[in-house]
Amino acid sequence: MTTLEIPVRPHTTTGVTPTLGRKAFVEQVMGMPVSVHIRATEPTRVDIAAAAAAVFAHLRKVDEVLSTWRTDSHLLRLQHGTATTDELHPWLADVTLLCLEAEDRTDGLFSAWRARPAGRTVFDPTGLVKGWAVAAASAHLETVPEIAWSINAGGDIAVGTGRGMHDVAPVWRVGIEDPRVRGQIAEVVTLTRGGMATSGAAIRGAHVLDPRTGSAVDRPGSVTVVGPDLLWADVWATAAWVDPDAAQALMAARDPEHHLIRL
Amino acid sequence: MRRITLWVLSTISTLVLLFSYHTSTSSTARAGTSIIAPQSTTATGSTATGSTTTGSSASGTTASGTGSTSAAATGSGSTATSGATAASETVDGSVVSTRFGNVQVQITVENGQITKSVVLQVPWNNQKDQQINARAVPTLNSEAVKAQSADIDMVSGATYTSQAYLQSLQSAIDRAHLS
Repeated sequence: MTTLEIPVRPHTTTGVTPTLGRKAFVEQVMGMPVSVHIRATEPTRVDIAAAAAAVFAHLRKVDEVLSTWRTDSHLLRLQHGTATTDELHPWLADVTLLCLEAEDRTDGLFSAWRARPAGRTVFDPTGLVKGWAVAAASAHLETVPEIAWSINAGGDIAVGTGRGMHDVAPVWRVGIEDPRVRGQIAEVVTLTRGGMATSGAAIRGAHVLDPRTGSAVDRPGSVTVVGPDLLWADVWATAAWVDPDAAQALMAARDPEHHLIRL
Repeated sequence: MRRITLWVLSTISTLVLLFSYHTSTSSTARAGTSIIAPQSTTATGSTATGSTTTGSSASGTTASGTGSTSAAATGSGSTATSGATAASETVDGSVVSTRFGNVQVQITVENGQITKSVVLQVPWNNQKDQQINARAVPTLNSEAVKAQSADIDMVSGATYTSQAYLQSLQSAIDRAHLS
């Protein structure tokens, strides 16, 4: 059993831990169920519900702009040439720049661009958008006083606190599914703050392409990356799925606060 | 409020079971065939003031009735234990669609711990699925309990049928905290 603590600052033991209740909010957004869990002494507060609603609203907006399924998304209208750049949301530019940075940081193990057989290049930022969107949406929770929060978006998890909880941040125990045995929990990671993303081909099949060869990565197992931020944990998880050894070496050199768990 | 929640949950679970229970037999059914199984649903509200030991504020309430189907599932009526210390709650996870069909589980929470989990729906569309599920389902059942014995708050992973299951377990955990 792995236990990783990713505190932004050292944990203090002097703070009195309050008794925290817990409340969950769940919605289907971006084609997946997204769970927002809140711990607070009074989890039914209206400002908490409002912040959770703001998280979902943010994710729905991201879906409108960056979905690769909805033909009316800004991303697909851009790809199909049915929108002028003036009509497009600035998030498209943000995400494009982040994809470039991710490709750079991972030495090309992560790439949002790939060649289609017809010679057309396709821009598919899906591998980055989920982590980016959840990390950005969590800003709505970070301003809420005296809460701890956790978001699970289709298996990728962000954990953090609102204002005034830094010394008494509770621990979230996150189980990682065993990629070889359906439904089993193989590892448990405890987090007080940070992001955690898992990549693998287990039963869903090979869906990640190796940008270096263009072929699908198909092998047993899975990789999980835990780090301070879900966006980069997600990018590194994808890179580590493509090449665990190379990604681990790059991570140690460039993002040393990230941890790789191989299953 | 609690009563309304009970009513809503039991109604939802009834509807879910009525409309989306997939069952078939290996010899006659073809992919996509859906047979609606007879349901018996009970919803027992209780206002007992059991105190729970962990985070959950559930207090001796039965959240939802359970449809018990004749062939596959050993669905059970929910029970609520009233008393000073015991609090039991039965929660249905949401129905998760997979490439093979719908998956749904139900868990029973007592004093903040999952004591029992039942698979309400699994895909039974052909012989192959049936074999797969016959092997997978008991594992999933015991694992849900085992996972909770480790007191899991969230589940991370990326797979298909088991993702659907785990999401459903996540969903069941979610639902334990929805009210």
